[in-house]
Amino acid sequence: MQNADQIRTNALPPLGTLMTLAWRNLWRNHRRTAIMLAAISVGVWAMIFMSALMRGMVDDMLKRGIDQLPGHVQIHNPQFLDDPSIVHSLPEPDSAMQDALNQAAVSKWFSRVKVPAMISSERESRGVMLLGIDPEAERETILNGVELTQGRFLESAGDRGVVLGEKLVQRLETRLGKRVVITSQDPQNNLAEIGLRVIGIYQAELRSQEEQFLFISKQAAQKLLNIEDQVSEVAVFGDDYRDIARVSQHVTAATESWNSRLPAKVEANPWQTINGFLSSSVTVMDGFVLIWIIVVFIALSFGLANTLVMAVFERVREIGLMLALGMRPALVTWQILLESVFLLLLGLLLGNILAVLSIYALADGIDLSGVAQGFEMVGVGNTLVPQLWIKDLLTANAVVILLGLTTSMLPAWRAANYDPVRALSKAT
Amino acid sequence: MLSLAWRNLWRHSRRTWLTVGAMIFSNILLVFMITLQIGNYGMMIENSLKAYAGHIQISATGYSDEPKLRLTVDNITELAELLRREIPELSVSMRGETFVMASSEERSFGLQVAGVDVAHEATVSSIPGLLAEGQYLRAGDHPEIVIGSVLARNLKVGVGDEITLLGSGYDGSFAAAVVNVRGIFNSGIAELDRNLAQISFASFQALFAMQEKGHVVIANSSDVYQAASYQQQIQQLLNQQSELGSGAIEVLNWRETNPSLVQAIQSDLVSSIFMYMVLIVLVSFSVLNTQLMSVLERTREFGIMTAIGLRPGQLGKLVVLETTAMAGLGLVIGAFLGLCLTIYLNQVGFVIPGMEEMAARYNLQERLYPSISVFSILVGPSVVFLGCLLAAVYPVIRLQGLQPVAAMRAA
Repeated sequence: MQNADQIRTNALPPLGTLMTLAWRNLWRNHRRTAIMLAAISVGVWAMIFMSALMRGMVDDMLKRGIDQLPGHVQIHNPQFLDDPSIVHSLPEPDSAMQDALNQAAVSKWFSRVKVPAMISSERESRGVMLLGIDPEAERETILNGVELTQGRFLESAGDRGVVLGEKLVQRLETRLGKRVVITSQDPQNNLAEIGLRVIGIYQAELRSQEEQFLFISKQAAQKLLNIEDQVSEVAVFGDDYRDIARVSQHVTAATESWNSRLPAKVEANPWQTINGFLSSSVTVMDGFVLIWIIVVFIALSFGLANTLVMAVFERVREIGLMLALGMRPALVTWQILLESVFLLLLGLLLGNILAVLSIYALADGIDLSGVAQGFEMVGVGNTLVPQLWIKDLLTANAVVILLGLTTSMLPAWRAANYDPVRALSKAT
Repeated sequence: MLSLAWRNLWRHSRRTWLTVGAMIFSNILLVFMITLQIGNYGMMIENSLKAYAGHIQISATGYSDEPKLRLTVDNITELAELLRREIPELSVSMRGETFVMASSEERSFGLQVAGVDVAHEATVSSIPGLLAEGQYLRAGDHPEIVIGSVLARNLKVGVGDEITLLGSGYDGSFAAAVVNVRGIFNSGIAELDRNLAQISFASFQALFAMQEKGHVVIANSSDVYQAASYQQQIQQLLNQQSELGSGAIEVLNWRETNPSLVQAIQSDLVSSIFMYMVLIVLVSFSVLNTQLMSVLERTREFGIMTAIGLRPGQLGKLVVLETTAMAGLGLVIGAFLGLCLTIYLNQVGFVIPGMEEMAARYNLQERLYPSISVFSILVGPSVVFLGCLLAAVYPVIRLQGLQPVAAMRAA
């Protein structure tokens, strides 16, 4: 019985002792350990912080892009995406379709008229995108994205006014209360004209938006374009743009059954299909974050390998002695690996704390207004709020631990394979 | 002393190689990234300017901010002639620009129409050479138009089809014309392909009642980075010729007319400098570690050396020399390998998968080419070199307080 117990203690590595040994060994050369810790912390901090900045940028771009599309899922005439013309419109959702869209999977929806048009004041003309909206359904969404600086927003479905961006107002040399003429075409390509009073002026964070979009009521647009009960698109929102599977399925099914009642088919598309730039930017960013983490790790790994090689080298005699006294080589490997694990874990801990603190400190966003126009090219606003993704945090930690251990394997394995006699006779 | 430093390095060859390896790795990466960035910036600037915008624009004050029909340059032809005469190395052309409603048989769009000086347009813009179909404009007043490829698709017109232009003239009169599509260009810049139509300058002046007026004079030099100095020359010239300038003319270079381009480059530069700094800091830590170790393990040796008469300053010099040799090795090997890599990529170019859409936003082509110059190859490795030298400061400082007797007794 006693014998069996003894065998069992011999078979199990004395983990407690090994850990103490490894921990103390780590601090024998505290300067070296401190430098390495600093390097790992800075590296881990940079991995997580930079990823959070990138995620924040892409998220901002996506939110803006999707608000401008707008919608997580859109229903169109199948030709509209390729050729967004008045000819390719679709009917307003009928009552059965409206019922389907008012169900829980959908957080909000609206339909709008969207056609290219020209706007003229007495002095200037500009090409613009005319949005005919239902103020009751859409008012809130629009006013979330832009700020009304003068006048009022459209109020009723039949409102006979126009809301312009501030920059467009400047270009047209017009002002609140003046009349402007909007020109477009009806489906038969007859020129259609309407004179409307400027009732409101808005400011958008992206200045290009101010010049591009003008809002009139849906009814006014339908009357101008001679398309009764027709719209250009139906925009449907779920709860979160990242997870649209449920709303997308629901809308696709509803569209199917609506199609059976329609003379010409319509189709529903998720935002990823409609805007390839936005959806590819997510994938590009995933790749970028991973590459960045690995590059930083490689730069770190040289120092890590170096530290361990040195730690083993200066202890050759000691390791030889331990081997000579009967310590199994596997335990020597374990001891060195444990030393590396402690170093990595401490570095990770510091790095993570540093990263979370700096991201938290910048939670109000970083002001980019100095280079705002550059960011506008990709549709990013002028405040960048870093976004910590748990996925990136875990990736960074996993990469450092796993690849860090792989890097430590070689010195640890070498230490275990010293010939005790030679190691002992080696001069320090 | 140099040979002493060199030999010291190889007492621990594995450690030295690991440290140099870190430098080589980051140097190759830096060379690759920086040459690629400079190449991309060049391409962005080139592609954004060559199709239409040009290097230097001369227009009425305020026109670049708010391009309005009424902000004109009077006697624009004479101004262009003057520039050609006085600064012959510049390519000069002139334009008028306004917005019109264009209708084809099926579709109508608001778009920008430019009246271009047909004889000179090709010297400042690549559009005349980028025709996908048909031919470019002829000089003089002909009822013909050249339009962008996306615009042609949206209007559903081909070469020979009619387009009606409706707008207002300089004097507020109603301007209307029926023109035939003579050519369709494909510049690769979405905004131009979707939005731009060109007619001859003579047609433009006639259609919009411009008399002798125009909006912009474009001047290109052979090198886009020379724009600022030519801008000054032109400004001086205009100051002398006050009867032409009539006071309200401004000369702007491409940095001023394309702030979004400059800022896009700046923002990219800032974020990449942050990443480079992280790399350099990590490599420096590695060097600091190595050098501190090598100093500490030689405490006894250094003690003996000071005892036989070497001053701590000389020991410091030795450590600095060792670091320099190590950093120099990293610099030479890293820059060389980086150079090889970029020369190869410069020949074949390369594609970042999934980046096509992003590239198009910045007017980049799909295939990217790094730019090779002494600066782009050496700037990254040099900063790494300096960072490594800086890392030697702490070990050297520690040497200064060395007490020979205590040091020799150290275990």
